[in-house]
Amino acid sequence: MTEPGSIVEIEIPAGVPAAPPGSTEQRRSHGPWYLWVISLLIVCVIAVPVTSLALRLLDATDAAWQSLLSWQTVRLMVRTLVFTALVTASATAVGVSGAWLLARTDLRFRRAWGVAFALPLVIPSYVIALVLISASGPRGLVADITGVDLPHLVGFPGAWLALTLSTYPYVFLITAAALQRVDPALEEAARGLGASPARVFRTVVLPQLRPAMGAGALLAALYTLSDFGAVSLMRFDVFTRVIYAQYSGRIDRSPAIVLSIVLVAAALIVIWAEQRTRGDGTLFSRKPARPPSVYRLTPWQRAAGTTFLAATVAAGLVLPVAVLSAWLLRGLTSGIDVTIPFDAIAGSLTGASLAAIVAVAASVPIVVLAVRYPTGASNALERAVYVMFSLPHITVAIAVVAFTVRYARPVYQSLLVLVLVYAAMFLAQATGPAKASLLQIDPALDDASRGLGRSHLATMARITVPLMSKGLLAGGLLVFVTALKELPATLLLRPSGFTTLAVRIWSSADELLYTQAAASALVLIAVSVVPVYYLSIKPKDVVGV
Amino acid sequence: MRRLLVAGAVLALAATACSSSDDRSLTVYSGRSEELIQPLIDRFEEETGISVTVRYAGSADLAATILEEGSSSPADVFLAQDPASLGTVATAELFTPLSEEQRSRVPSRFSDPDGYWLGISGRARVVVYDSTNVDPSELPQTEDGFTDPSWSGRVGIAPTNGSFLAFVSAKILLDGRDATLAWLEGMAENQSPTFPKNSAIVTAVNDGQVDTGLANHYYLLRALAEDPEVPGRNHFFAIATAGSLVMPAGVGILASSERTDEADAFVDFLVDDASQRYFAEETFEYPLVPGVPADDRLPPIETIPTPDLDLSLLATTLDEATDLVAEAGLL
Repeated sequence: MTEPGSIVEIEIPAGVPAAPPGSTEQRRSHGPWYLWVISLLIVCVIAVPVTSLALRLLDATDAAWQSLLSWQTVRLMVRTLVFTALVTASATAVGVSGAWLLARTDLRFRRAWGVAFALPLVIPSYVIALVLISASGPRGLVADITGVDLPHLVGFPGAWLALTLSTYPYVFLITAAALQRVDPALEEAARGLGASPARVFRTVVLPQLRPAMGAGALLAALYTLSDFGAVSLMRFDVFTRVIYAQYSGRIDRSPAIVLSIVLVAAALIVIWAEQRTRGDGTLFSRKPARPPSVYRLTPWQRAAGTTFLAATVAAGLVLPVAVLSAWLLRGLTSGIDVTIPFDAIAGSLTGASLAAIVAVAASVPIVVLAVRYPTGASNALERAVYVMFSLPHITVAIAVVAFTVRYARPVYQSLLVLVLVYAAMFLAQATGPAKASLLQIDPALDDASRGLGRSHLATMARITVPLMSKGLLAGGLLVFVTALKELPATLLLRPSGFTTLAVRIWSSADELLYTQAAASALVLIAVSVVPVYYLSIKPKDVVGV
Repeated sequence: MRRLLVAGAVLALAATACSSSDDRSLTVYSGRSEELIQPLIDRFEEETGISVTVRYAGSADLAATILEEGSSSPADVFLAQDPASLGTVATAELFTPLSEEQRSRVPSRFSDPDGYWLGISGRARVVVYDSTNVDPSELPQTEDGFTDPSWSGRVGIAPTNGSFLAFVSAKILLDGRDATLAWLEGMAENQSPTFPKNSAIVTAVNDGQVDTGLANHYYLLRALAEDPEVPGRNHFFAIATAGSLVMPAGVGILASSERTDEADAFVDFLVDDASQRYFAEETFEYPLVPGVPADDRLPPIETIPTPDLDLSLLATTLDEATDLVAEAGLL
């Protein structure tokens, strides 16, 4: 990372105010009461797992606390943090390089590349891990086809590759969006003053991308920190494995809960670190007057860029689809029955789309308060959303089960709870794009509407929300795609009889029924293609955070 | 008009909700996976007209859930992969005893002595080995042979998996705490590669990542069904120890259930000949009802040396098993 000082000089270019000007009334006000009522409801939903966790901690046995204070815990935590840092670094490098190539150069077929480059987003990380294990090694698919003996891809290299492939698309989508908003005037000025293209990229473009890169890296880091499926299949020991071991090997759930607060603490550290390096994130808050300039690649650069994109897409998309198809074909030719999991498709679509709708609806009041009525309280509200995103899913699920079974029996094991938990966990993915789109709307429009006699609520409904629609759609699609992949919370919280594609893939693979697992996984990828296609051709709407 | 439509829809929904509760229905918590059990449940629904709602999750997970739900559990029946999870619910006095007739279908060594749960299918602990790298005559007679340095790095285990923990619980009961800890430490000292679950061990043996592994017998048969070329083979220990135990998957009826007729019908169904044949042919487990043959690639269940052990006690040493696994440094 560059020194904090180096960005300050250009952080707020002339003509781009640090905070969008609100009307005098708005700047003084705390915002309309109903926004706060809705927001408080949202906070209540978020507070349930957090409070329930805290209550469980008070109940925890001494033995549970002892498991926390061992060298093993410290050693694993260090290992987990180092691993998370390495994955985040590589995911950021891959995501930013891809974003620059596809947003700012004259490479050909950029739209098609963009879709393919973003698509690994939809493949659950444990599926990528399974596929990498199956394709590598002297008896693997790659060795079969090419005749080259590959080593087994397990342990650190395997886990690192699997999680890098699963997380770079987040960095890519957010950075690509930011790159399209960068004001070309700054770069032209730097070039005019004699800076080389490399120097312009390093000293002008990169610092402007810092907020977006930080936001993408944050998503990648938090994902890595709480991943269990991929690391356990790769047999790379990190902290989540201990939590799951305590959870699955005991009737007493308190050791698992105690251990998971370590993970929560680690997540808070990551969020804090990201906020420290972020700046205020308003650089691309206004549409620049002109689209950014296109960088012309030399033939050599073109070849290198294409190779890089092809290698990433080959590992993250082509290989998984090829291996899954090979499993499916092998099973079908040897007469294994495969069912199309219609109930799981229906379950996935229902759960994920309801989650997206709820998350988008909840993002509006939060973002309106944070942008139009910035106070300590509205700022804290926005952060709470991030804390929720960082909690390990298994921890949230245990806490919610414990709460609903005791205090909310009518909704225990109901779809309502599952959808609310999805929405709460992934709300950050909806507020990011929503905030970006609201930052672009001139508050003067609100004032005009109010001046013409419309109420606050009518102004929001008729003016603000429709103008935010693209950002809301992008946020909803991100939540949708993420909820489709979700496994641990779904397993614990779903209504009896409710199933999803992610659950079916996991349980089929667990029983070594690879033909059925492959069929379900291919369906999951197919279902996600349309939203990812939209997100990758409209990256401007995704602008993070 | 719109309001009328909404009201109509609400009424219709309420009507279907009421009518469905009048029908014969059953809620099953299943620690056995959807892939293996749902076809059987579909057939039960077809034959009896009872509609079944199933909650699938891990066995220990569901046992903990039932304890948490207590006497108002929505579950009527608990179907679990291992005696430890069933024993946990039985110990909490949340099961109702099964009928004599049901209990007489299955040899008593595969069920709860007090009749609170019934074994429905058997899962033998075995060694899976890579037949291209390992000569079966090299393999030890009991799991204790694997702590020998000659097996260093060559035996895959799944220390966090339910089946492995049930095996460790059994070993504590049979050999005592100290011997069990010593064995676990020996496996740790031997750098035995650890896997998250049985299926990953069998895949690793077939891929040539590790020479042997401790698993349940049926995973290999499933791998062979997916791909007949795989080089893995099953090895059954010759001497009766925890490592040669046949662990039953089993079923119990919740004491809180108000649908005892339907629950009884379901238990009867699981131990009828057709369902037992399903376990033999589709999940490659051992049928437990005498007279129903297992897959012909397997040694008959009577020939597997079995230690003398009351399976209902496994629940009492489960948490200790996890403690020992942690103490040996395998977590």
